[in-house]
Amino acid sequence: MPNDIIVHGIEWTAKELFVYPNEYIYWSIQIVMYPYMTGLVAGAFVLSSLYHVFGLKQLKEIAQFSLVFSLALLPVAALPLLLHLQQPTRAMEPLLTPHFTSAIAAFGIVFTAYALIVLSEIWFVYRKYFVEQVHALRDKPGISNGMNRLVYQALTIGAYDVSDDAIRVDKKAARVLAAIGIPVACFLHGYAGFIFGSVKANALWMSPLMPVIFIMSAVVSGIALCMLTYIVIREWQAFRSRRHGGMLKAKEIKGAEQGVIDTAARYLLGFLVAAISLELLDLIFRGYTAMKSWDILRSVMYGKDFMNIFVLQYTLGNLVPFVLLILPGRTLKRTILALLLVLFGVFMMRWNVVIGGQAFSLSFSGYMHYEIPIIPHSLETFKEGLFGALTVISVPFILFWIINKFVPSLQREASGE
Amino acid sequence: MTCSRRDFLKDAVGGTLATVMPLSAFTFLSHSEARAAVQESKVRWAFLVDTNKCVGCGLCVKACKNENEIPYDAEVTRTWVERYVVTKDGNTHIDSPMGGRDGFTSMEVDGEEIDPDNIEKAFFVPKLCNQCDNPACVQVCPVGATYQTNDGVVLVDRDWCIGCGYCIMACPYGVRFFHPVHKVADKCNFCYHRISKGMEPACVECCAFGARRIANLKDPDDPVTKIIMTERVAVLKDEYGTKPHVFYLGLDANVR
Repeated sequence: MPNDIIVHGIEWTAKELFVYPNEYIYWSIQIVMYPYMTGLVAGAFVLSSLYHVFGLKQLKEIAQFSLVFSLALLPVAALPLLLHLQQPTRAMEPLLTPHFTSAIAAFGIVFTAYALIVLSEIWFVYRKYFVEQVHALRDKPGISNGMNRLVYQALTIGAYDVSDDAIRVDKKAARVLAAIGIPVACFLHGYAGFIFGSVKANALWMSPLMPVIFIMSAVVSGIALCMLTYIVIREWQAFRSRRHGGMLKAKEIKGAEQGVIDTAARYLLGFLVAAISLELLDLIFRGYTAMKSWDILRSVMYGKDFMNIFVLQYTLGNLVPFVLLILPGRTLKRTILALLLVLFGVFMMRWNVVIGGQAFSLSFSGYMHYEIPIIPHSLETFKEGLFGALTVISVPFILFWIINKFVPSLQREASGE
Repeated sequence: MTCSRRDFLKDAVGGTLATVMPLSAFTFLSHSEARAAVQESKVRWAFLVDTNKCVGCGLCVKACKNENEIPYDAEVTRTWVERYVVTKDGNTHIDSPMGGRDGFTSMEVDGEEIDPDNIEKAFFVPKLCNQCDNPACVQVCPVGATYQTNDGVVLVDRDWCIGCGYCIMACPYGVRFFHPVHKVADKCNFCYHRISKGMEPACVECCAFGARRIANLKDPDDPVTKIIMTERVAVLKDEYGTKPHVFYLGLDANVR
């Protein structure tokens, strides 16, 4: 076959027994990344809302951070979709000619609405800080200060009123936006679940529980990632102030961190229990009703994908961190391990849904295996391979680093509250 | 302005009713109903496959690939032929090497040598797009690049498809794939460029055994329509509610 004609999917699909000729793993690693990253966005936002809406004071610190982090994660929710399209230059079409019977058609609208909510909430929370920066940088010499001041001036959008009344309005607006944001965040992600759950041709995906399962696991992964990043940054700050001789400050940082982590861990556990319960309900229901597809589903779940589903996802990704978090005398190291495992578990859940859903043929008479391209030899094997996924994972951290330069989500004094 | 609780409740109920009542006028139309409301066509294309007549020569697959410019050696195809070999132990062996393009000349089915004495029954089943009346692929296309014509055929607009693959996932029959050259979704369209000009689809024209035939269901005098209407025909996977329009004569229970 000439080199330029390569069937999409053939490079990473291994077929076994009878599979229809056109069947391949069409949705590969990027479609695993899509609900994973969207879930992190939604989860991070829900965590920040726990403070902004429900006033959980213990979560204040992590809430500021989560809010900004969810902004950094936001573009990355759309990135895997873009990388996956066969015609990426036509990516705007779902906005131009949306076909509303399709679950994907609403993505652009929901995504944009959500982005606006996050952006404006951050603006209301940090507006006072922007104004202060503009004033503080006024008389400072140097080009970089001038540039920074210009950025902050742009960020204020001309709203310089920082009277008590104005700040009160800001706070109220932030709270209202956070409250609207919760259902929108849940919708953004629940609807990612709907994209899969509504595919009637796929025996594994089709389930009305899918959106709810997705939301629960999204919150779990979002909280876990925020906690983890928060711990790493706080530890780094404590380490730095210790090195500069500020023992007292280091202790203070550690103390505050412990309190935040304890509270967040409780919420994490709650959502984790909900997510696992729903997933098990789905599994039991499929086994009990034993529809036509159950034979092949069972052979995939208990045979070919047993390792992925029951060992890696349920045991290592759910049960182990659950025990680690709930046992008394939890140390920071143990928490970090548990959080890493939770993130891994949710990733495996996405993997088992997306790849597992294509592990069997529509003929119910054969199997397909996804052999993830490791070393890319073409654009396609890069995008739909390991390095494509790693690119997607690394972008939010780079974005956060940039955003955090202007919106210091980790300085307690910065937010207008 | 003051507003008593009584006024508020009154206005709320009135407002709700005023909003909801007009909404009740809306109804969900099926694709065919919507189409009929706009313009009723005199044509509804359908297909008849007589599995008793198919010998698995693969000429239809060859003709289709050439007619529709699907790269000949690429392992995707708009139509294909499946071989079913049911052995005496009750097992069903199925294969379709290269979509059956080169015929079935080997006694090996999917790498397994079958003893001829051990065969209970064996037969071939041609497959193609079912041009469903309620097509899942059209429902899920986010940009409307795949659509149903008013004579029932589902088409893909190559200039508008974004290549998301949702339609490929949504089709229960596995007829869709990404065209390896155009990089957009592709599938059988009953050779729409031919049937709309009064010709037969390429696979129908080249089938020497009359196993494949095209019908206009709206024409009661169409001989193929008569067969579909009067004989016992079956469709594939009707449990998905897609209302497929490829009808089969002699369809075996083993067919997937």
